[in-house]
Amino acid sequence: MTNSIADIADAKVILVIGSNTTEQHPVIGSKIIEAVEHGAKLIVIDPRRIPLANFADIYLQPKVGTNVAWLNGLAHVIIEENICDHDFIADRTENYRELVKMVKKYTPQYVQDITGIPADDLVRAARLYANSDRAMMFYCMGITQFTSGTDNVRTCANLAMLTGNLGKPGTGVNPLRGQNNVQGACDMGALPNVLTGYQRLEDKEARHRFEQVWQVELPAKTGLSLTEMISNAAEGKLKCLYIMGENPLISDPDLNHVREAFEKLELLIVQDIFLTETASMADIVLPGACFAEKDGTFTNTERRVQRVRQAALPKGSAREDWRIISALACKMGYLMGYESPEEIMEEISVLTPIYRGITYHRLDKKGIQWPCPHEAHPGTKYLHKNKFSSGKGKFHAVDYKKPVELPDKEYPFLLTTGRTAYQFHTATMTKRVAVLLREDPDGFIEINAEDAKAIGVREGWPVEVSSSRGRVICRVSITDSLPQGTVFMPFHFAESAANLLTNSAVDPVAKIPEYKVCAVRIRGVD
Amino acid sequence: MNEVLTTCPYCGCGCNFYLIADRDGEITGVIPSREHPVSQGKLCVKGWNVHEFVNSPDRLSRPLIKESGTLQEATWDEALKKTAAKLQEIIKKYGPDAVGFFSSAKCTNEENFLFAKFARAVVGTNNIDHCARL
Repeated sequence: MTNSIADIADAKVILVIGSNTTEQHPVIGSKIIEAVEHGAKLIVIDPRRIPLANFADIYLQPKVGTNVAWLNGLAHVIIEENICDHDFIADRTENYRELVKMVKKYTPQYVQDITGIPADDLVRAARLYANSDRAMMFYCMGITQFTSGTDNVRTCANLAMLTGNLGKPGTGVNPLRGQNNVQGACDMGALPNVLTGYQRLEDKEARHRFEQVWQVELPAKTGLSLTEMISNAAEGKLKCLYIMGENPLISDPDLNHVREAFEKLELLIVQDIFLTETASMADIVLPGACFAEKDGTFTNTERRVQRVRQAALPKGSAREDWRIISALACKMGYLMGYESPEEIMEEISVLTPIYRGITYHRLDKKGIQWPCPHEAHPGTKYLHKNKFSSGKGKFHAVDYKKPVELPDKEYPFLLTTGRTAYQFHTATMTKRVAVLLREDPDGFIEINAEDAKAIGVREGWPVEVSSSRGRVICRVSITDSLPQGTVFMPFHFAESAANLLTNSAVDPVAKIPEYKVCAVRIRGVD
Repeated sequence: MNEVLTTCPYCGCGCNFYLIADRDGEITGVIPSREHPVSQGKLCVKGWNVHEFVNSPDRLSRPLIKESGTLQEATWDEALKKTAAKLQEIIKKYGPDAVGFFSSAKCTNEENFLFAKFARAVVGTNNIDHCARL
């Protein structure tokens, strides 16, 4: 997030795109509802009529996969009606002319034809967002999980820059991170192209600093992304995978392909707290400790670095993951002699400018939001205050592109996937909690009542859902939150894994798979 | 009774709460943190019930090594020795880029930092990623 969660209370307009906030980030969702109760205006844009839509002043229901079209449409209206922030555009941005040229054709009528959003509603949403000097935008996987994911994010940023809703409280471009420490894992350089704090691998000086502290020469070539590692394993080029605390055999797209790839590996090492579907395939399983059994830090969606504190001992002879990694490094002849996670944080802060001022002592009970460049620095509530880190903010002129796989005669429904309120990711933790399992015990497919009638199935009946990649059996859940022709499945459940169906096509830049769109057929089964 | 302030392991909100541990060191419940800037005394249903999976009987408690198709319990010394030897064998035979690492959005910053350090400094590859996109 460019801004802070506390800013929600200061925002006059809140725009929520592709985020089922009340179910996936419940505490943030409740803050949005509170803000609405105190007079903030809410715009919700989502192909599913999510619960938050009931609180919205304007709700738009685009067809899945048409984000760039309506985002460009909003920009079109803002420019045509001259409700943009000309000072911000002149002082802080570049490439405005290119954007103007690109969005010219995205008239409300043209956008309606592509997205199904009524032209008048689009205009109303554009006016509401642009006319506010404190408009805060949130988005989530409904923006990113497309082959056009990068374009979607860029067109979101276009809107904030066009209207000057950046670099001050109650505004910003605010992606909501799905997992407790996705932000931290990125910050720590668990990515193929950057070291900690997003220091580029190509940056010789940055690499040199790490080489000095780590006393070893580092590889400079960008590594493989997660999806590329799987395809390289399938081709027999990658021979070993070491997986810590992830369950790709439920979470990754096109699971049959993932399983085939893993079967080809010469060595699969899995470090986890449960014998997950992935751990069951491993050659070696190393038992780790869960959050309650170790010290450390997580970084939340608003860049707040916070303490994790040990309340219990690891189970049996299980060990904290940092101890396992250190022990293994020593076995391989590289000394990692850390006595505690605090000592590791000291090394992180030395090597990472945005974490330089962070110490366990300072984090205490409330944490610190990075960037925190020195020990007297209070942390940063919002980014891009007087300038962007890269200088000028660049408008990206991007054209709408269709998703890779759309319904056809053989597979007539558009399947979009996501999560439920009660299960979490691959459900390894939540399926072991009685109250959560009671609410969401098994997989289902949400279908519009008319579609259910046409297929000949009723609430709770089993159906077979298949794509060109796989098939699953699950029960029907009739909904009025989806239009005809679009269906929804949560991906949590191993017994009816939605990711057997999904397409592994990825965004060319971010390498994110197109989980939100694939084509399926549905038939009743006995 | 022991109360330990910590951060929730589920979504990215980063709510804080106190874990309650009994005399035997078993975690028995959760109390929200009123003074925390995000959660301000609130939690969702997942947070309120977070202690239950911690105590699940399904938790892994010993290293396992696959022997003729099935996973068998092993000591740490056996598991670490075997992991190190096999990794070294693969690096020697195919080079470090034949090894890949999936780090974890569930683990701590310190653990992600060490895992990336292990990939880059010990094995010598940048093939490291995690489920940021999933």
